[in-house]
Parts: sequence; C-alpha cells; structure tokens
Amino acid sequence: MPTPLYWQSKANRYNLVGEICDRCGTRLFPPRDVCPECEAPAKTPFVFSGRGKVYSYAITYNAPIAFEEYIPYVVALVKLEEGPLISAQLTDVEPENLQIGLPVEMVTRKLQESGDAGVIMYGYKFRPSLHRQVSPG
Amino acid sequence: MRDVSIIGIGQTKVGEHWDISLRHLALEALQAAMADAGVAQADTLYVGNMLSGELNGQEHLGALIADFAGLRGIEAMKVEAACASGAAALRLGYICVASGAAQIAIVLGIEKMTDAWGSDVTGALALAADGDYEVAQGLSFVAINALLMRRYMHEYAVKHMDFAPFSINAHENAMTNPYARFHMKITSERFERARMIVDPINLLDSSPIGDGAAAAVLVPAEAARAFSGVPVRIVASAVGTDTLAVHDRRDPLALDGAALSARRAYEQAGVGSEDIDLFELHDAFSIMAVLSLEAAGFADRGQGLRLAMEGEIGIKGRVPISTMGGLKARGHPVGATGVYQIVEVVQQLRGLAGHNQVENARLGMAQNIGGSGATVVTHILEAPE
Repeated sequence: MPTPLYWQSKANRYNLVGEICDRCGTRLFPPRDVCPECEAPAKTPFVFSGRGKVYSYAITYNAPIAFEEYIPYVVALVKLEEGPLISAQLTDVEPENLQIGLPVEMVTRKLQESGDAGVIMYGYKFRPSLHRQVSPG
Repeated sequence: MRDVSIIGIGQTKVGEHWDISLRHLALEALQAAMADAGVAQADTLYVGNMLSGELNGQEHLGALIADFAGLRGIEAMKVEAACASGAAALRLGYICVASGAAQIAIVLGIEKMTDAWGSDVTGALALAADGDYEVAQGLSFVAINALLMRRYMHEYAVKHMDFAPFSINAHENAMTNPYARFHMKITSERFERARMIVDPINLLDSSPIGDGAAAAVLVPAEAARAFSGVPVRIVASAVGTDTLAVHDRRDPLALDGAALSARRAYEQAGVGSEDIDLFELHDAFSIMAVLSLEAAGFADRGQGLRLAMEGEIGIKGRVPISTMGGLKARGHPVGATGVYQIVEVVQQLRGLAGHNQVENARLGMAQNIGGSGATVVTHILEAPE
C-alpha cells in the first residue's frame, strides 16, 4: 500500500480501532464516519477486542506484485464478535485446520515492504485463538 | 424522456491484439457501428474504459477517439465504473438521447490489457476493489470472488464441480461466435484438473482478459426507421450501487446492487424475470454468474446452480446465458465488456445470432457488474416488431 495511506490509517491497523455510532450503537470497522445503518455521524472511536470467527477463506497462489513473495498465503473474511466483517490474512494456521467457523484472534504482523529500503508496513492478521472463546448466549 | 433505439452495432474480435494500438482498435469498432447504422456523424460520444491510464499511459479518451474517428468537436467523455464502464457509457448515451440533449449518440467500450505484464494487470484489476481495506490486506480481485465462492459452497452444501456447467456452456456457445476470444470446448475433466488461482477458484472458473472494442449507435426511437440499421428499442436502463468491499455488504452473498438495478429495470419495462428470453450476465467468475441469476430473480437464493445443473442456461434452456460465449469465452476486455453484452443482445433480437440464436427472442437483458458488485448496470432491449 502507498506510504501516505499507511500513515493515515495506522491507528486502525495496529489496534483495530474503529467507530461506534452514538445514535444506534452499531460498531463499525473499517471506520467510515457516517453510520451505514442510520446515517448519523459516527466518529466516536471504538477499540475492537480482536476476537472473531472465520466467515470464509481462500488460498492465494497468484497475487499482486507487492504480495508475490508471500505466496501461498491465506486470505479470509473474519466476523468480529462485535458484529463487523473484516478482510484480512490468516496466519499461523495449517491448511488442514482451515475451516469456516474457526475462532480467531487479531495479531499485529508485517503486511508488506515498500521496496528494499522502504517502509515496512504492519497491520492486523488473524490466527487461530490460543484462548477458548465463550460464545454469546 | 423519449424512447431510444439502437440502430447500429460493431465489435472487434476479442484477443491479444499486440499489433493494433488502442486508438486503432477503437476506430475499428466505431466505424463498424456507424456503417451498420448508416450514420456519418454524431452529436455525442461516450467511451467506456477502466484501465487506459494504468495500463496504456493514456487518459482523456473521449476527445482522443472523437478526433481520431473524424468526429472532432462533438461532445465526448470517458466514463469509468470499473468493469461496468461499458454499460455505464451506454447508460449515459441513453440519457443523452432520451432527454433530447442529443439526436445521435455513439457509445464505445474499449480496453487494451494484453500489452502489459500479467502481474501489472492483476494489480490494475484490483483498482475495482476497496484499496484501503481489501487490496492493502493482500486480497486480489480473484481472492475476493474466491471468498464468496467458498462461503456459497458452505452455505448451500455444493461442490466446486457443480459450477462447471457455466464454463462448459460459455465455451460451447463461443465455438460459433467469430468474435470470441476462445474457440475450444471445456469438459468436466478439464475443469476438475484446472490449476487453482486462488482456491477455490481455478483457471476455468475465471474469465480471460483480452483486448477488444465494441460500439453502438443510439437515436430516438421515433426517428429510428430513417436509418439503415434494424432498430432495437431500449425499454429499460437502470443502475444500482453497493459497497465496494464485500465485508461492508449487508449480506455478502446477496448482490444488492444487482437486485436493485434489475428491479428498477423490470419496473421501467413493466416486466418480470419470467418475461426475459435471454440474459447476458456478468460471468467474470462462475460464482458471479450464480449470484447474478439469484439477484435478478431467475432463481431463489441458493438455487442458482440448480438452473445450470438442470440444463436451463443453454441456448434452448429456460434462461439462456452467455449466448455468444459470455465473459468466460467471448472474453472480458473489462471496460468494453458492457458494450459487447449489448451488441450480442442486439444480434439476438435482430434474429442474426446464427447457430446461437435463441428462438423467438423478444426481450433480452444485459447486466454489467463493476468490481465485486458495487456498480451494476442493467439494460433490457426489445426486438423489432
């Protein structure tokens, strides 16, 4: 990702900081400032727990140039326990253990490097939970 | 708003046109359409294209192609809506003529993708997705569709092989379309053995890139008979949008943008899905064909594959799709595809589809999707009396 974008979104990427809508309480990640549920302004920061479950996954064998060196890698849609769906890589997981519904937790990992002498970009990935998750209700 | 008819169509073969430049390829389709229509001039030119800046080092295609085609001075603009650019250009051409702002509008879709390195094209196609929160995380455009496919397989307990009929049907139809990129059949065995790109999507689930240009000439329906081309009336033109990122969707497997676009189109034409005789859908990937059928009401949720398994998507089926090869076998020069779909529906409704003719085709629907469903443009066309 371009370096300016990286700087603009550091808080989101390192700490999974999104927003909560003050009117309807919807938790939003990524942050977007206008609540998609009720259209009210939604700028109050909300820190997500990082816990979620795999909603879908896919194994990448052909990637954009910036990610070619990491092939094969796993991408996923993760349903965070607070509600939102998020796109991210899965890490520290064996292919035979991949399944929809797998409980995962967020970790901060290297995403990519912008060249040999450039910025190393970190962000969120998800690994199988090392702690037992308690399902709500 | 007055009625609008298409009176001329033109297209180039989809292929790797390494010896033809962008402006020459555009001209070929444009001149074919103008000759078919019997027009030597126009008031407006809208050019649908997604990647000319990124892959060809050229933006500003409206003025460029207008001048190159001998139409210097007319109103001309490039229109971009990712892979829906072609149909988006048609939408604007339609509004132009329907509103009275123009008497003759030309719509052109053009894309030249094969002059670039494959990895550059992969990166460019990702521009249709959410750059900050999908692509930056390492998701390619294929990956986004692969996530949808695996979720669909999980929710509806279907297997990867169940998607094969879409590719088999598309390739079968392309055999008798001289403009198609591919002229080879696909068997179940080949589908099963094809190389994985992003598991579960393999090579034969995915439409090929290519170079191509297609064009159409639009005039008011009341004036159509004055021109040489057999007129086909546009009875619906509608757009729906949705979130770019799949993770922001209300329901990832429901293409809300496509459902909105189709519903608006049906309302305009006063018809339902049961009245549509052929559906040129956006089969960029086999999963997208399935979701499109469901979103447009041709199958209930989770039943899209059943249509294919029961043989209903072929030329003689209840819902013929990809009748000239679709994106899968005719090819997918991304910004041009939407206009190819329209050209093919016009061929069908004029009764000039040859071996691929859908019998008694009266209403044809074309739906062009940008990204993974964020912009959807639907047109319904009606055969001449």
